[in-house]
Amino acid sequence: MIEIRNLHKQFDGRDVLMDVSLDVHDGETLAIIGRSGSGKSVLLKHIVGLLNPDSGRVLVDGVDINAISYDELRMVRRNFGVLFQGGALFDSMSSFDNVAFPLRLFTQMTEEEISEEVQICLSMVELPDVGSVFPADLSGGMQKRVALARAVALRPRYILYDEPTSGLDPETSNTIDVLIKGLADQLNVTSIVVTHDMHSVLSIADRAAFIHQGRMHWTGTIQELHESDDQTLRAFVKANEYFIGDPAERGQTAS
Amino acid sequence: MSIARILIVDPLSSLGRYGQLLYQAFLTLGDVRSYWKNFVQQMVSIGLESIPIIALAAAFSGMVTTVQTAYQLVSPIIPRNIIGAIVVPSMILELAAVVTGFILAGRVGARIAAELGTMRVTEQIDALEAMGLNSTGYLIVPRILAGVVMFPCLYLIAAFVGIAGGAGVGHLMGLIPITEFMEGARMFFKPFDPVFGIIKAVVFGFIITSLSCYVGYNTSGGAEGVGKATTQAAVSSCIFLLVADLLLAITFL
Ligand SMILES: Nc1ncnc2c1ncn2[C@@H]1O[C@H](COP(=O)(O)OP(=O)(O)OP(=O)(O)O)[C@@H](O)[C@H]1O
Ligand SMILES: [Mg+2]
Repeated sequence: MIEIRNLHKQFDGRDVLMDVSLDVHDGETLAIIGRSGSGKSVLLKHIVGLLNPDSGRVLVDGVDINAISYDELRMVRRNFGVLFQGGALFDSMSSFDNVAFPLRLFTQMTEEEISEEVQICLSMVELPDVGSVFPADLSGGMQKRVALARAVALRPRYILYDEPTSGLDPETSNTIDVLIKGLADQLNVTSIVVTHDMHSVLSIADRAAFIHQGRMHWTGTIQELHESDDQTLRAFVKANEYFIGDPAERGQTAS
Repeated sequence: MSIARILIVDPLSSLGRYGQLLYQAFLTLGDVRSYWKNFVQQMVSIGLESIPIIALAAAFSGMVTTVQTAYQLVSPIIPRNIIGAIVVPSMILELAAVVTGFILAGRVGARIAAELGTMRVTEQIDALEAMGLNSTGYLIVPRILAGVVMFPCLYLIAAFVGIAGGAGVGHLMGLIPITEFMEGARMFFKPFDPVFGIIKAVVFGFIITSLSCYVGYNTSGGAEGVGKATTQAAVSSCIFLLVADLLLAITFL
């Protein structure tokens, strides 16, 4: 369980996160939505301690990650897989080595087992043949998917996705959504998905959290999202050209 | 913006952060498995790949010193083996280490800063950290170790090639036969000289790699930031190298 309590963060005197609180329960998939620049990526980085809050706390399984030693923090981080917004693939390594990287580092698997596992991960993101290709030679969307394969390679308990489907065509986006949902269902992963894509939200998330101008403006279930009459939230969802209404009707608008 | 701030506070806080980074990095020194592969790679890119340029520069500086010494000193009252007596200690004590240092400040310093700077601005360092890896240990330790190991080797190559170049050009130009050159070299040779040179090389290796790691690791501001970091690493490596050169000479000689 992840608990975020009254988080404040400034950059150069500018408030980026203000009094943000959020609970993420085990096994659920939470979508964080909000406009560009509202602080979604910054919030995500706080969850794994890559940024330190000016005030407020982040608790992972009850442990305040800003109150523990660096070595302890590293142990906490091993429960996480993180997909960064830009992919953050290691450009000195091939795609294969990128995905194999955490396996080589944190497991006792043999090279053969690793090779098999990497192949499985790359196939999950529908890129079984790019193992030998270097990140610089992949398209943006492909980089993202290899990064996703790397994030899930260790089958972490928590996976943080920063815009997993941005820049992907609708069909590939769907595949990724299915993958995220599959991981959540089969492995009981707790997922936090930052996204602009309301279609993703509706198809994978159990709950949504809407950040607006650095504040946690609204949280609730997907059902509540449909029923909400919060003007700012509705404006955001409308702008995504998605019809809020009966889930059954959604299928028609989505196609 | 007061002068005290520019001259005292900022440098001190940089020094503090530099020290902290190195401290954090070297806490992982025992975890050889995590950086061994990088270490080997860095030995190649810092060491092996620098040999040709270092040898070239050292050879030329040896040759120039010979020609210049002959021009400045040799006269009817000063014997020509003075050339060997000057060229060899200059090479061993100063030139070989400084030539190696300057070339590597440009070559290795800039490269390290660009690599780490790019990794920083593209969130690759964040990715390493998020996996639960100590990124400083993984990235910085192997680079500094490779620098500290390879610099003395490159220094020895530079000293050897420089002396050979000096002796060779003296011989070919008819300034001094090689036998006399070596005779002159032996007159003032002290066993401590090469030891001092090696100490210098180790210090230079540490300064260049650690400084460039610090600059690269703390890069911000996208591609432009990486460009700035690259220049800054090379320039400040050169400056600190000169300062260290003087301090070492005062301390040991
Ligand atoms: N390291 C940093 N230094 C200074 N400002 C930062 C830093 N990181 C983020 N910011 C600022 O914080 C704000 C929120 O950034 P963030 O990346 O979280 O936005 P976001 O919600 O993820 O937007 P997007 O959907 O476009 O990715 C932005 O105004 C950004 O300029
Ligand atoms: Mg973002």
